[in-house]
Amino acid sequence: MIWVNAIIQGILVGGLYALFACGLSLMFGVMKVINLAHGDLAVVAGYFALGIIAVTHTHAISSFVHVPVGVSYALVVPVFAVVGYVVQRTLLQAALNRGVLTTLLVTFGLSVVIENGLQQFFSANSHSLSIGSLVSDSFGIGSQITIAYLDVSILAVAVAVLLGLQYFLSSSKYGRLIRAVADDREAAQLAGVDYRHVFGIAAAIAFGTVALAGLAFGMYTQFNPTIGTDQLLLFAFEAVVIGGLGSLWGTLAGGILLGVAQQIGAQYNAADQVLAGQLLFLLVLVIRPQGLTSRRETA
Amino acid sequence: MSVGAGSGPLLEVRDLTVHHGQLEALHGVSLSLPAGAVHAMIGANGAGKSTLLRTIAGLHKPTSGSILLDGTDVTGLRPERRVTAGIVLVPEGRRLFPTLTVQENLLVGSDSARPGPWTIDGVYDLFGWMADRRSQRAAQLSGGEQQAVAIGRALVANPRVLLLDELSLGLAPVVVRRIYDLLPRLLGSGVTVLLVEQDVSQALHVASRIHCLLEGRTTLEGAPAELTAEQIEGAYFGLRNGGNGAPGGGSGSGSGSTPGAAAVGPTDGAGSTGAGA
Repeated sequence: MIWVNAIIQGILVGGLYALFACGLSLMFGVMKVINLAHGDLAVVAGYFALGIIAVTHTHAISSFVHVPVGVSYALVVPVFAVVGYVVQRTLLQAALNRGVLTTLLVTFGLSVVIENGLQQFFSANSHSLSIGSLVSDSFGIGSQITIAYLDVSILAVAVAVLLGLQYFLSSSKYGRLIRAVADDREAAQLAGVDYRHVFGIAAAIAFGTVALAGLAFGMYTQFNPTIGTDQLLLFAFEAVVIGGLGSLWGTLAGGILLGVAQQIGAQYNAADQVLAGQLLFLLVLVIRPQGLTSRRETA
Repeated sequence: MSVGAGSGPLLEVRDLTVHHGQLEALHGVSLSLPAGAVHAMIGANGAGKSTLLRTIAGLHKPTSGSILLDGTDVTGLRPERRVTAGIVLVPEGRRLFPTLTVQENLLVGSDSARPGPWTIDGVYDLFGWMADRRSQRAAQLSGGEQQAVAIGRALVANPRVLLLDELSLGLAPVVVRRIYDLLPRLLGSGVTVLLVEQDVSQALHVASRIHCLLEGRTTLEGAPAELTAEQIEGAYFGLRNGGNGAPGGGSGSGSGSTPGAAAVGPTDGAGSTGAGA
């Protein structure tokens, strides 16, 4: 029964990993940017949410207007989307104009700046986003399996976001333009498409989803300034590689498999949790380097 | 100079020089394209034909020289802005979006189109088979079918000047002929065509005016009817340039760098058969 429990918990946390991974996958798929600051952005979203709560729930403001905690958190996502658009159009576009390798250096630098900035302003202490009793509310199946409402909610949000993203990419005008630019940037220009603007929109989506992932992570567990690269970026990469680039459902599958592997590893020994995920990651790289669901096509 | 349409040439290239790194790909090439013409660029591999078209489309920045559309300088515009201005390139190798369907490829072309006669339905009329296969991915089409979709994607942008780069590359002769047979219908809709063609006899057949490049320079320019096979051969290979008195020799020819060549241009264009619109 403890194995069933491990698998269920793994599936639940897998949604969170997929949420982290989809923005990373999108930015690589569309503009060939490997965003090494991706994990740090999630952490920034967590601190940003803390800041918003601190401001909107000071006595002076909350005595006039009551801002629900959820609303404060939700504000982070559109703000991040706008920031994503601006960062892409300025910093990342300037880096892209100088070559793909430059983007790697720039995002690495961004990661260092973010981590040190956070440590400077917020210290190295851990924080989490409080959501009242929801964090501990749960229901049981039998005597050995306990499922937290929060975990189920996060998985549901992740699946909903991926569904929405899938629909956007396949059915909307900008989704079509994003796929066209990802296929052939120059041909898109020749069809009248301003690819820089399309890149900006893709980055806005990536930043928005990573902010959402950061919020979910902050509710799920504790975060500190360095956990972005120590864990989150790594897990996102692993989920993308296991699932296969370019497929949102592959990303979800990759996230869930990673989560299950980690939980099973943790059953042996709590210290083996991350190791088990990495073993699966290496196994996939050896056996099926294109990922489980990759649908590479040739022109 | 010109403010309105009609008075000057529709597309004018003035003394264009383009470098690929250290290599000079085009040297002082000039070109004048009246509305309704079919202008064919010929020349050996590496002569600079594709570079010229890609520079007109905005994909290469010229070192010097300028490109004017209907009297307006477009040299500084990005490729996507030139599309909305009316210059649309069908690139070498088709360059469809392979993971998008036929319909989506056309939609991307029409998303930022100028207003005009061409619509996606119009393209489906032009290519009878296409509507039935609109939901297929472009990667699944044959080369000729892909070329048709590439032309359709350019047409729905309603170009004033359509640049066609090596339409026949990798296609069976019968397919090539079928595509070239469409040219009169394109001209009838008011499109002016500048094309690059490896097959010289094909170019002579469809063009109202041909322009030969050799190592980035103009070696011959004129209406097909006024040029002899020897002149074209000499200009194409550059073999008899000294011996036969070319580049200045012959009735319709002129070397690109002399102002006299441009003066000959409009006269020849008016005398030829291709000016449909």
